Amino acid sequence: MKPSRIVITGVGLTAPNGNSLAEFRQNLLNGVAGIERMEIRYMGSQLAGVCHYDPLRHQTKKEVRVGTRAGSISIYCAREALNDSGVDWAAQSKDRAGIYIGCTEHGNVETENEIYNISKFNYDTKFWSHYHNPRTVANNPAGEASLNLGVTGPAYTIGAACAAGNLGLIHATQMLRLGEVDLAICGGVSESIHTFGIFAGFKSQNALATHADPSKASRPFDLARNGIVVSEGGCLYTLERLEDAQARGAKIYAEIAGYHVNSDASDYVLPNPVRQAECVRASIRRAGLEPRDIHIVNTHATATPLGDIQECEAIRAVFGEGCPDTHINNTKSYIGHCMGAAGALELAGNLPSFDDLTVHPTINVDQLDPACALPGLVLNQPRKVAKVDTILNNSFGMLGINSTLIVKRFAA
Amino acid sequence: MTKDECKKVVIDIIADIAPDEDLSTLKPDVRLRDQLQLDSMDFLDIVMELRKRHSIEVPEADYIQLASLDSCANYLTPKFNALSAKS
Repeated sequence: MKPSRIVITGVGLTAPNGNSLAEFRQNLLNGVAGIERMEIRYMGSQLAGVCHYDPLRHQTKKEVRVGTRAGSISIYCAREALNDSGVDWAAQSKDRAGIYIGCTEHGNVETENEIYNISKFNYDTKFWSHYHNPRTVANNPAGEASLNLGVTGPAYTIGAACAAGNLGLIHATQMLRLGEVDLAICGGVSESIHTFGIFAGFKSQNALATHADPSKASRPFDLARNGIVVSEGGCLYTLERLEDAQARGAKIYAEIAGYHVNSDASDYVLPNPVRQAECVRASIRRAGLEPRDIHIVNTHATATPLGDIQECEAIRAVFGEGCPDTHINNTKSYIGHCMGAAGALELAGNLPSFDDLTVHPTINVDQLDPACALPGLVLNQPRKVAKVDTILNNSFGMLGINSTLIVKRFAA
Repeated sequence: MTKDECKKVVIDIIADIAPDEDLSTLKPDVRLRDQLQLDSMDFLDIVMELRKRHSIEVPEADYIQLASLDSCANYLTPKFNALSAKS
């Protein structure tokens, strides 16, 4: 039996440079980055991608106070996606809706805050918050969204380091095909900038970006790149089986064409281009396509000196020279690394290409690293192209998890 | 501290815990739960904030004393006064 066709019918997002798909896309085409300086506990001023959505658009003040930042971002994105989808939420069976949210990590923010809090009380744990456990359980972001939306179907997170955003979409696709739910709210979120630990960790790895101009700090493929800009963000989609979407006359952004997830099994932090290439090839094969059929490759590259080269090696191995219609870009150059949200956000930023036939560029490439000089790289200026029927999105993460997701232009 | 001052302390805490609520019409003799959207975690918040801000301890067996503004004032005012007598 052929698997059900799964389509994207709604998008809700908050990125460091936009709080809707339209605003985000406009800034990607206009070269507007969203990186700023932020005071980080114990570390002083650091570069970070900060979201400026209005939490009170979809939450009460009490929900914001009691919940987590990741929960708030999830609620904002889920509500925005549902609004965008045109789903009649009041009439929707809440037990047939599922929430699947990718996270790089969860709980560090609240644990750091509580330790800091009790440090003011001579480390007396009677001052430790009774909210600590519900705030730090791994399912918190999805759970908060379920509370806000009244979803009684499955609602949980998927831990997959920085591949998690793609995993949210992939898992939702699988659950829809299994008939577990009729409507999936899925993607990824990150609250990472509110934990000093991630900044300190990357700094200890010599992988934290520095630059005098925040908007130029995240520079994948540039010879002078010097590391990651840590960002927060979120992007959730509504996914439905095609027949359900058509039955209600939904707007369809794209169809899920293929995907693959694999593991390097080789190192805690160093990527493995052989496994990455296997992941990309397997996703293309599952989509029933050839590499030359892929029109946009959105890279994962985070602007670490080694990681970018290794992903380029993987892409070169798959696409080589025989793919004249394949254009390659990177979204982190604008928004930094949104961690668990990265894959979902970066896909969203490229979806409008189906309509405007424009590939947003990778910005901040003043001097292209020869080791990253791939054919088809779109640098610094948007590129008008003849055809965009497929978008391939790479997201890779620590402990060697790789994910590739392909979406295609919807054609009945 | 007078009982009215004590009620003001409690209202200040509730204002932070339940920021969406209108506290201007709170009836002192009616249970807080019957007037506000407060759950058990919120009451733990009141206990925690009394501890953090005022060094007042409310043992679990006495949580029932925090039911209304009046009962809060009756229970907490002597504690506040005992504390200020010590310091």
